[in-house]
Amino acid sequence: MLKKIVILLFVTCFACFNTVFAAESGGMPQLNPEFWISQIFWLIITFGILFIVLTKVILPKISNNLETRKSQILENIETADKQKVESQKKIDEYEKIILDSKLKAKSYFNEAREKILDDINKKRSALEKDLDEEISEVEKELSDLKNKSGEKINKIAAETSAELIKELIGEEVNSSSIAAIVEDQSKINRERKDV
Amino acid sequence: MYQFNVYRIGPEIKLGAVDISFTNASLFMVISSLAILIIFNLGAKKKTLIPDKIQLLSELSYSFVAKMISDTAGSKAKPYFSFIFSLFMFVLFCNMFGMIPYAFTVTSHIIVTFVLAAFIFIGVTIIGFMKHGFGYLKLFVPSGVPMVLLPLIVVIEIISYLSRPISLSVRLFANMMAGHTMMKVFGGFVISLGIVGGWLPLSFSVALTGLEILVAFLQAYVFAILTCIYLNDALNLHH
Repeated sequence: MLKKIVILLFVTCFACFNTVFAAESGGMPQLNPEFWISQIFWLIITFGILFIVLTKVILPKISNNLETRKSQILENIETADKQKVESQKKIDEYEKIILDSKLKAKSYFNEAREKILDDINKKRSALEKDLDEEISEVEKELSDLKNKSGEKINKIAAETSAELIKELIGEEVNSSSIAAIVEDQSKINRERKDV
Repeated sequence: MYQFNVYRIGPEIKLGAVDISFTNASLFMVISSLAILIIFNLGAKKKTLIPDKIQLLSELSYSFVAKMISDTAGSKAKPYFSFIFSLFMFVLFCNMFGMIPYAFTVTSHIIVTFVLAAFIFIGVTIIGFMKHGFGYLKLFVPSGVPMVLLPLIVVIEIISYLSRPISLSVRLFANMMAGHTMMKVFGGFVISLGIVGGWLPLSFSVALTGLEILVAFLQAYVFAILTCIYLNDALNLHH
């Protein structure tokens, strides 16, 4: 089956070749010298005009355009480089300014802080001094009071006990002996407290 | 072979005894030249720093050809830049216009390519003799060849030098003609095989069209670069 198809295909191809080339009798038109001179003539004219116009008018323009572009690009690159350097300079300046201002800000800050700290310390020491004074005054008062209070208490105790005894037994007891007893008692109390 | 036929357009023009009538070949030469001039004039007219499409096209072609020349023939070939540029563009546009259906391919005629190649050959030979005098004949005597082989080598070199215009012209002509004939043959297959079997040659035809566009560019490039190489031989004589 396949063989048959292939053979058929070949046969048709051959037939086609025959029909195609049967119409082409008379050889190649290229070798017919009838129009050779005309072709040469027109070739010289058209190619000559093409060559002259291209050489004199068009190609110089194109090469000029290319040159201009090249030089302009080089120029642009140059200016771009220059501007780059300048902008680098500006950036450096800017960074320097920023650094300077940062340092300045830091120093200002430190100064202010020191000032404030100083102030605070001064105030605090003054306050502490005041407080200390007051405290010592109060302590003094307190200790005074304490010292006095002991005596007073003893005195009051002695008086009350003298009156109590008087009420109880109807006779006056020697006040100095009562005071001694009270003194003893308070001593014992104090010792007990201490323990 | 109908597509290669040359026929008269308009009246018969005679210059003395020779016929220089305007033909379809002349028409396509004029069309190609005009297209080149229009495109490159448009591309050269504007002077913007950032080129638009047509300016970019013309400037890229310019630098492409300039690089091709400086790569193959060095800086001495700079005065011949405009000739090689025109040559490359002319051949390229003729090839490309030939790719349009029903168009005529100027470069598929041996006489056209041969005239171009012969002009290049004669020009290069004249340049060589002008630059080096009779020292240009040293081109046929390669250095470092044993004395015994020298006569043979010189004969071969001379033959290869003299066959340059033929090889240059036949290469372009044969490529263009063969490509167009192939496309014609496959196109004929499409018709004769009809709607049933015509798809295979049709797809082949489509592929061939792409290939032919490549060949059209490549042959123009080869033509120009061979010119550069011949020019290099004439300008920088080191064998």
